[in-house]
Amino acid sequence: MIAIIDYGAGNIKSLQFALERLAIPSLLTDSKAEIEKADAIILPGVGAFTDAMKQLRLLGLDEVIKTETAKNKPLLGICLGMQMLYETSDEGGMHHGLGLLKGAIRRIPDNVKVPHMGWNNLDIHQKLPLLKHVENGEYVYFVHSYYAAEGEPEDLVADARYSLSIPAVVQHGNVIGIQFHPEKSGKTGMKILKNFGEMIS
Amino acid sequence: MTLTKRIIPCLDVDKGRVVKGKKFQNLQDVADPVDLAKKYNDAGADELVFYDITASNEDRDIFVDIVEKVAAEIAIPFTVGGGLRTVADIQKVLRAGADKVSINSAAVKNPQLIKDAAEKFGRQCVVLAIDAKKVADSWHVFINGGRLDTELDAIAWAKEAEKLGAGEIVINAIDTDGEKNGYNLVLNKAIAEAVNIPIVASGGAGTIQHFADALQAGKADAALAASVFHYGEINIRDLKDFLQKQGLPIREVNEHDI
Repeated sequence: MIAIIDYGAGNIKSLQFALERLAIPSLLTDSKAEIEKADAIILPGVGAFTDAMKQLRLLGLDEVIKTETAKNKPLLGICLGMQMLYETSDEGGMHHGLGLLKGAIRRIPDNVKVPHMGWNNLDIHQKLPLLKHVENGEYVYFVHSYYAAEGEPEDLVADARYSLSIPAVVQHGNVIGIQFHPEKSGKTGMKILKNFGEMIS
Repeated sequence: MTLTKRIIPCLDVDKGRVVKGKKFQNLQDVADPVDLAKKYNDAGADELVFYDITASNEDRDIFVDIVEKVAAEIAIPFTVGGGLRTVADIQKVLRAGADKVSINSAAVKNPQLIKDAAEKFGRQCVVLAIDAKKVADSWHVFINGGRLDTELDAIAWAKEAEKLGAGEIVINAIDTDGEKNGYNLVLNKAIAEAVNIPIVASGGAGTIQHFADALQAGKADAALAASVFHYGEINIRDLKDFLQKQGLPIREVNEHDI
C-alpha cells in the first residue's frame, strides 16, 4: 500500500486513477498512522511551495515523512512534491523544504517562457530500476516554473533541456523526485509508475 | 532534446455531450466526451480542453462527473473551463482530476481571481482565455460568450494577466472562429511577443497548413481546434507528421494505448 499524502494539493485524482489502472494499491491520507503503516509514500504536488509546506507542517506530516524516510521507506515526490524534498526554495521568498535532498529550488530564468509547459524528452544519465524500459529521448509532460538547482550530481538520474538542464528524475537512496507528471505522461509515465510499484513490492 | 509544440483538441460540453457551433452559435451534438477524449488520447493529442457551456447548476454537476470520468480514462493533461467564477469552483474541478483551469469572463470582471487562483494552486494551472475581436485599429476583449465588448485592449489584458499570475493564454479570435480560414496570426504574434508565458492559438483551423502557420508565423506554443478533429477532417497523426516535416518540434505519435 502506498500512502499518497493529502495536504489539499490540486489534482491528485489523476495519480490515483493511474495507480488504479496499474493495480497498485494506494490510499490518499493525512493520517500519521496510515503513513507509518504504508510500504511507500508519494508526495504529490500542484500548487505553490509556501502554501504546500505550511499545510504539511500544520498537519504535522513533515516530521512523519522524515521519520519514515529515515527508516528507508521509499518516498516519491512528484512535481512540487519533488521540489519540497530539497533544502530551500526561492518561490515567494526564501523558504525551507524537507531537506531530504541537497540543493535549492530556483526560478527558471526568463530567457525562455515560464512556466516550462508541455512535452519534453528525457536525457537519461543513470539506468536505475525506476526507468526500466524507458528509452533515452522519450517524452514526458512538464508543467512548472521552478527547478532543482545545485543538486548533487550523483543524484541526477535524468534531465530535460529547457535552455538549461532541468533535473527530471533524481534519486538519493530511497528518496526519489520526479519533476514532470508521470500520471500525465502517457505510456512513458505509466511505465515509471509501474517501476515504482515494483520497487516497493 | 527540446520542448515540443502542442496540438490540443477542444471539446465544448453541453448537458453531458460534446457540441460544436459556429461563432458560438447553432450548436450541434457531436459525441460522448469520454469516448472522444479517449480517441484523441490514443491518436496522439498532446492535451485536451473541455469547456462547460451549460448554464444551469444541475448541468454543472454532470460536467464535474465528466471531468472525473475523463481523468480516469486518459493519461494526458487536460484543461477545464466554463463557468468557473470562484476559487472554490476551481478547486472543485481540480479535485475532480483537471490539470489546469481556463478562466475568461470571470477574470475580466474580477482580475483578483487570477491572482488568488495562482497563489493557491500555482500559476501553472491558471489559463486565461481571451475572446478577442478587431474593433477599429485594436483588438478588444469580449466576454459573455463573445457577446459583450469590454473595450479592454487584448494585448494590454494579456500583459496584465501575466502579471497577476496566469500561466498560459488561449487566444480565441472571434472573427475567425468556426470559419476554417486559418488562425488570426497577427493577433497571436502580437500577444506572443508581449508576454513570456505560453500562448495557445484558437479559432479558425481548417487545414494542416493553418496549424503550421499558427506555430511558426503566429509564434504560438500550441494550437487548439475543435470541429476539424471532431468531424474527422484532420487526423491528428497526419497533422503531427506534417508539422514534424515542416521542422517543428513535435512529440511523435507512437502507441498511446493506455
